[in-house]
Amino acid sequence: MSRSDLTPLALLPVLMGCAYLAIGNPIAWLTLTIAGVAMGMIIFTIASGMTIVFGLMDVLNFGQGVFITIGAYLSATVFAALSGHLVSPDPGEAGLVILLAIAAAVVGAGLSGLIFERLLVEPVYGDHLMQILVTTGGLIVGEEIIKIIWGVQQVNVTLPPFLSGAVVIADVAIERYRIFAFMVGALVFLSQYLVFTRTKTGLLIRAGVHDREMVEALGYGVRRLFVATFVAGCALAGLGGVMWGLYQQTLVPQIGSQMNVLVFIVIIIGGLGSTGGALLGAILVGVCANYASFIEPKVALFSNIALMTMILLWRPNGLYPASARS
Amino acid sequence: MTDTLLELDNVHTHIGLYHILQGLGFRAQRNRITLLLGRNGAGKTTTLRTIMGLWPASAGRISFAGADIAGRSTSAISRLGIAYVPENMGIFPDLSVKQNMLLAARKAARAADMDQQRLEWIFGLFPAVHQFWNKPAGKLSGGQKQMVAMARAIVEPRQLLLIDEPSKGLAPAIVNNMAEAMLKLKESGASILLVEQNLQLAREVGDEVAIIDAGRLVHAGPADECFAREDLLKTHLGLTLCP
Repeated sequence: MSRSDLTPLALLPVLMGCAYLAIGNPIAWLTLTIAGVAMGMIIFTIASGMTIVFGLMDVLNFGQGVFITIGAYLSATVFAALSGHLVSPDPGEAGLVILLAIAAAVVGAGLSGLIFERLLVEPVYGDHLMQILVTTGGLIVGEEIIKIIWGVQQVNVTLPPFLSGAVVIADVAIERYRIFAFMVGALVFLSQYLVFTRTKTGLLIRAGVHDREMVEALGYGVRRLFVATFVAGCALAGLGGVMWGLYQQTLVPQIGSQMNVLVFIVIIIGGLGSTGGALLGAILVGVCANYASFIEPKVALFSNIALMTMILLWRPNGLYPASARS
Repeated sequence: MTDTLLELDNVHTHIGLYHILQGLGFRAQRNRITLLLGRNGAGKTTTLRTIMGLWPASAGRISFAGADIAGRSTSAISRLGIAYVPENMGIFPDLSVKQNMLLAARKAARAADMDQQRLEWIFGLFPAVHQFWNKPAGKLSGGQKQMVAMARAIVEPRQLLLIDEPSKGLAPAIVNNMAEAMLKLKESGASILLVEQNLQLAREVGDEVAIIDAGRLVHAGPADECFAREDLLKTHLGLTLCP
């Protein structure tokens, strides 16, 4: 994100201000805003990995959704196996179950991502059309495998007591889970920020987004960096799947493909290869969807597409694109 | 005494349907500055990229310090001790000058791990690197970026530097700085294969010349001899020297 270019950040207060005028009720507006930001943080968790995969590897992975689904279902399996502990009134005990579920989702989605990259993505590097076809096929096959393992029936996910209910502050009810989702998203952003600015691997990824050839010419094997980044992106999608599953409290095998469109909108709005842009894009998408659902539910069906179109008319490369690829 | 550091023998390179290098062969001697000259489109940049493995040779042998490097990956070739400064400089604009340098220092995990004595020597060659150490590299002028690109190539000792038109679009004062830096690099034991269109710079630094045309070698020999022969320059480079 360019330090000097803060104009896109102004979009958020402008959108919030316009929504405030349209809603007219401060409490409803604040509730919708908080819900939108929390939803945005979950979408960011998924999109942040994908935007780096897109930026660094130039891979159009339409199969990303399957890792969201894998993460969500693996966490549901852990929740079901440890349901007694999950509903414990002791936050420590239930929190441990959540952590175990996240670990299972991250590892499972990461390993699936490794297999996916080896089998499907590796043969089609450099060919966007083939990438779209092959990864979409991978998404369909992945969903069918998920149906075989977990069945086609809807799976219910129960929130633990410490994440259920709401905290009321000045007449505004804030759901506990939304605070949790915000904290997880913020932690993901902070971790990525530290990795990309303080570690050599992070610098290599940022350099690779701009000029892969030069990174190789400096003596680094970009191939391994690609695979590691792809796996990390899938693991983040798995974490997002856990968060989204708990947010929706029901799972269907299509949960990932439903999220795919939203994630693509976010990374296009934010600018390919930019985690800062993905964060802003995700929050814009989250609040826009919540405002639109309240003000005019029919508009909610296309509000995010309309938002993306307007932003692209203003900034064709997104809000904060990583520097143009060399 | 000189000996061969890099040798290309009957190298062919295809880019898509185009046959760019058509049996190119020449040698670059150790601890010398070899000029790779030719008209636009002769295949100079392709030669450097082929040596680096960025556009792999489709046939022929490229040997570096006695080892055949044709077919090896770019990163493996780089690790043998060859640095590449491309025509577009290859600077990472979102990273600071320090971070650009850190990436080239493969053994250093942090800036503090870089060889400080060598850094001081580099700062002496290219003062802009020190001056803009913490600035984003993308914000520098063309000349400053070129200095960063050259400094990055030598942040660790390398046996051979492949430099593609370092003077392009730069002010004369910066070109002079480049020339001085290249001569000092040679003094330090490095060898340079330099693609250059600026004849003044080429004359100032070059020891040997290899002139290529249409992907083939048309002349090789000492730089002094080459620059003294107007017929060679006129025939192969299209140049007429002023009296």
